[in-house]
Amino acid sequence: MGVFESFSDFMAMDGHGIYVWLSYAVATAVIVFNIVSPRLLRNRLISEHKRRLRREQR
Amino acid sequence: MWQALVRWFHRWTSPKIFYQISRPWIFWSSVAAIAILAVALTWGLVFAPVERLQGNSYRIIFIHVPSAFLSQAIYLAIAIMGLVGLVWRIKLAFYAAKQCIPIGASMALLALVTGAIWGKPTWGTWWVWDARLTSMLVLLFLYLGLWALHNAMERQETGDRAAAILALVGVVNLPIIKFSVVWWNTLHQPATLKLTQAPPMHISMLIPFLMAIVGFYLAALAWGLSRTRLEILQREPNARWVREELDQLGSAR
Amino acid sequence: MTLTAVIQGIMRRELQLAFRRRAELLNPLLFFLIVVSLFPIGVTPELARLSEMAVGVLWVTALLANLLSLDLLFRSDFDDGSLEQQLMANVPASLLVLVKVVTHWLVTGLPLTLMSPMLSLMLALPSEAIPLLMLTLALGTLTLSLLGGIGAALTVGLRKGGLLLTVLIMPLFVPVIIFGTGAVSAFIDQLPWLGHLALLAAMVTGSLVLAPLVTVLALEIAVED
Repeated sequence: MGVFESFSDFMAMDGHGIYVWLSYAVATAVIVFNIVSPRLLRNRLISEHKRRLRREQR
Repeated sequence: MWQALVRWFHRWTSPKIFYQISRPWIFWSSVAAIAILAVALTWGLVFAPVERLQGNSYRIIFIHVPSAFLSQAIYLAIAIMGLVGLVWRIKLAFYAAKQCIPIGASMALLALVTGAIWGKPTWGTWWVWDARLTSMLVLLFLYLGLWALHNAMERQETGDRAAAILALVGVVNLPIIKFSVVWWNTLHQPATLKLTQAPPMHISMLIPFLMAIVGFYLAALAWGLSRTRLEILQREPNARWVREELDQLGSAR
Repeated sequence: MTLTAVIQGIMRRELQLAFRRRAELLNPLLFFLIVVSLFPIGVTPELARLSEMAVGVLWVTALLANLLSLDLLFRSDFDDGSLEQQLMANVPASLLVLVKVVTHWLVTGLPLTLMSPMLSLMLALPSEAIPLLMLTLALGTLTLSLLGGIGAALTVGLRKGGLLLTVLIMPLFVPVIIFGTGAVSAFIDQLPWLGHLALLAAMVTGSLVLAPLVTVLALEIAVED
């Protein structure tokens, strides 16, 4: 695997694995936040719009 | 030529037209960001050689530096858009500036956290009052202040303009803050700690590094555009086309 | 009316208003006194260790005391509508703001500075450093009043702006804290300290010129609202 001997070598990264993987996990979390939070905003806007339509029909 | 440029600019600054023409931009920048980041990070994690001094922990650089760059660039962009909004009264600039805040703040946070994690194997401690970490912390505070100011205002238009002024004051201050922090740091800590005084990078590290930077920028572009589109829908709920768009989004779900 | 007469007029009004609320004038001083005396209780009563952190504690506490009182800088004038009139008067609005801010400094920053020698003795700051501490504190609180004026103007329309003001302004204040405390610490360590002081003075001058202009912009937004 690339510059590593084996998959477990890759995970361990000569003892630095915890730091590298922790960093990449945080990065993933930030990316997920940036993808999910607009989705939530969008859903909120749609439901607000629907509520408004219902109110206007009455 | 100049007139064509002005006309192009005006097309982009109308919320309705922006909403229509930004859609393909989001699609293509997302696709490019995913592709480039996938290559860059796989290369960086698996194929780039081990760094001589720092061992494998240097692989954090592929996310740490892009996020640090991006958080500063986004702050600058917010200030510029605030200025555009204040001077030319372009609402869209305010919408975009507001929606850039969470993206920039999340990038500053990412840079800080990865910096701290990187500090542990390099310096032996999670947090060091190193000049870069400290000025990044101040940048995060500036972002949080902007967001707090937006949320505190009852009328969103007031929040837009107040935040624009604050962003401009902050952007004038940022170089002074950086200068003072570097100087404070050298005063208090005789240079025992050095991180990423990058010895000239080997080409096999440099290429994925540059690619990661480009990938992060493209991702931020896609996020910024799609957030700005939502801000338009939120802020102009009475426009006819916005109602139709919301109808369509609601029925597609 | 000449310019000096205008300035005198504004200043007299501001001072009168300030002295009518005497209790509020005392609050920053009490805050300063009490918070500083909490540090020995919270950290250590050992004078040697206290003297190491004395400069920083005095500076940060004085700034917080000053900042907490800034919330009221434009509030009452804004609430009763007189601010709107003042901004439209044929006096340059930035001059008006500058005089207001300087008056605020006279009734808070200056008393805090005058009180600092007593508190610095309690924290065992070397006594030969006291004059320099006072000078830097005077300049620092003035800069803070100027920059804080921007924050006070941005939050003037809010019912509870006090804490938000601190959050907005403190990050901008990092350089002033660094150079202000740096000058005193360098003096104590017998290092060259004039450079720090010069930079601090440069920041005071810069904010004297620029901050009132930005404050006026922010006030106009609040008034239009």
